[in-house]
Amino acid sequence: MAELSYREAVVAAIAQEMRRDERVVFLGEDVAAAGGCFKATVGLLEEFGPKRVIDTPISEQAILGAAMGASSTGLRPIAEIMFSDFLAVCWDYIANEISKTRYMTNGQFSFPLVIRTANGAGSRFGAQHSQSLENWAMMIPGIKVVAPSCPADVKGLLAAAIRDPDPVVFFEHKSLYSIKGEVPDGEYIDELGKAKVLRNGKDITIIALAAMVPRALQAAELLQTAGISATVVDLRSLVPLDMQTIIRETVKTGRVFTVEENPRLCGWGAEISSLIMEECFFDLDQPVVRITTPHIPLPATDGLEDAVIPSVDRIVAEIRRSVDFRPRI
Amino acid sequence: MGTTKAKQTAKAEVRKPSKAADDIPIVTRLALFRSQVEARYCEKRAYDLFLQNLVKGTSHLALGQEAVSAGVAMALEKDDYTYPTFRGHHHVLARGASMTSVLGELMGRQCGCLSGKGGSMHLSSVEHGVMASCAILGASLPIAVGTAWSSQYRGTSQVTVAFFGDGTANIGAFHEALNMAAVWKLPVIFVCENNLYGEYTVTTKVTAVEHPAADRASGYGLERIIIDGNDADVVYRTMQVAVAKARAGAGPSMIECMTYRQSGHSRADPAHYRPPGELDEWKKKDPVVIYRKRLLDLGVKEAVLKQIEDETMQEVNRATEEAKASPVPPVELAFKDVWSNGGIQWRN
Repeated sequence: MAELSYREAVVAAIAQEMRRDERVVFLGEDVAAAGGCFKATVGLLEEFGPKRVIDTPISEQAILGAAMGASSTGLRPIAEIMFSDFLAVCWDYIANEISKTRYMTNGQFSFPLVIRTANGAGSRFGAQHSQSLENWAMMIPGIKVVAPSCPADVKGLLAAAIRDPDPVVFFEHKSLYSIKGEVPDGEYIDELGKAKVLRNGKDITIIALAAMVPRALQAAELLQTAGISATVVDLRSLVPLDMQTIIRETVKTGRVFTVEENPRLCGWGAEISSLIMEECFFDLDQPVVRITTPHIPLPATDGLEDAVIPSVDRIVAEIRRSVDFRPRI
Repeated sequence: MGTTKAKQTAKAEVRKPSKAADDIPIVTRLALFRSQVEARYCEKRAYDLFLQNLVKGTSHLALGQEAVSAGVAMALEKDDYTYPTFRGHHHVLARGASMTSVLGELMGRQCGCLSGKGGSMHLSSVEHGVMASCAILGASLPIAVGTAWSSQYRGTSQVTVAFFGDGTANIGAFHEALNMAAVWKLPVIFVCENNLYGEYTVTTKVTAVEHPAADRASGYGLERIIIDGNDADVVYRTMQVAVAKARAGAGPSMIECMTYRQSGHSRADPAHYRPPGELDEWKKKDPVVIYRKRLLDLGVKEAVLKQIEDETMQEVNRATEEAKASPVPPVELAFKDVWSNGGIQWRN
């Protein structure tokens, strides 16, 4: 085990896969010579050269189109879209082309590619560089959606995404790039579609994703001091969705909270909540409660941004308000 | 934009029809003729099948544009890649896909090239090098850049062709694709079928330049190439140059083929917006008619041409019957192939 930052884990995963498979190529804006806008791809150009690590023009449609065409003819491209907000200008490739062509052509084509993108708030970049858009991708049949919360998961899940035969949108959270954590040495690969139970509790279950995971864990510690024992589930992947873990952890406590960075309407938690209602209704002791960013564009300045993204304090407060807490009998 | 200027442009830049003395082998010319006749007869049959309500959904005919697909395909090798457009029945047939697979797909039958899952606008056939057929205009150009990049990376000599229409040259993806292809010197050829109309609108009315593709070429360091797209020999010859350039690693080309859509935009469009007489003028330049006459002028016997036409008609009839006899796909097919494991599961 070595201690790596989240951004170093990105490099580690890409390098691991590029070393073992010559078909893996990497393209994006400022990803090569500059080492990435978030310095998450430093050193790749030096190790693998300009044929495999490629600076592109500022042309998001061309980036995703090129990745799609290359992936259908023998390569395994990793395409970076610098900020997830920029996915809006090349959404055709996710919503209409990459996701649907396999189905439309009766399985004639496969598109083994990864779209990496920096997602989420916390950097005071304003409404067009801070959004959490994993729920957009979740709505599209034919796209896998992954969002890791720690360096080990970045390495293992990104490696798994690169090896996956289907297209994956890999949401890296920009406020997590500097966090550090233990990461397995050597070749390390995880499995897509498996949630992780990070903390076991008796009273409630908190389901979180990406940057909301460390906040959920901190909230759980504070709730413990108030006598509420919380399980914390890191979903890690929205598609495939690990319903077995969700159901198991729902049934154990009967009180489920989702913590979502996306704005309220149609956030991923809405789907989870719906599934829980359908499949675990009689195991619930109270309605599923969604803790989300309000349904607003994100403000830029720190005081306002912090006020709207679910904070540790808000998670604690909303859970305490919701739970008419009595120990379960 | 004055007509004088347009005429001067045409005089100065549109490449002339091929002379009879051109040394294209007669066997190649007969194949070019056959390809055009196949596309023509198949498109006409597709229209007849609409009227019989056997073709569902929409469909966009390329009647009048057959010289482009024939000339382009003739210049390619089997393992080269082509990206059709939504108006792409001829693009697919010209690469060797069967009429049964095309008509069957239009009719939503199991024998269709996509077993009815794609429909008219998404015809693809990977075994014939016919790649993802996008119905979002412009989308296929960056994807074509990707297959060309893949060929370059893998060190093969494969060339990629992306067909597109005049209207697509006003879409952002067109410009992104051209720039990236030029910067990376990719083996890709962008073939514009300028049929004068973007759906229901005259393209020059909504375009800042007269030639939507070629007049933008210089912006990407490419040669301005405008050709007679109704002359299969010219298309073939021009393509040969572009293909050789691409295989030599000298980068992309863009070819604007001047042609004419003899039918409306789609089955719903009677094309009343066309000025009177325009269709008749273009029918005088009908690619199948002029090519037939050229072959006769070159000394090909009428009987030889008649035989090609008869064989093609028999093939269209056979394909029609085969498609009619083919079952609709089983409902289970709707629940397959979202993922590469063949399934549709999104959860455990």
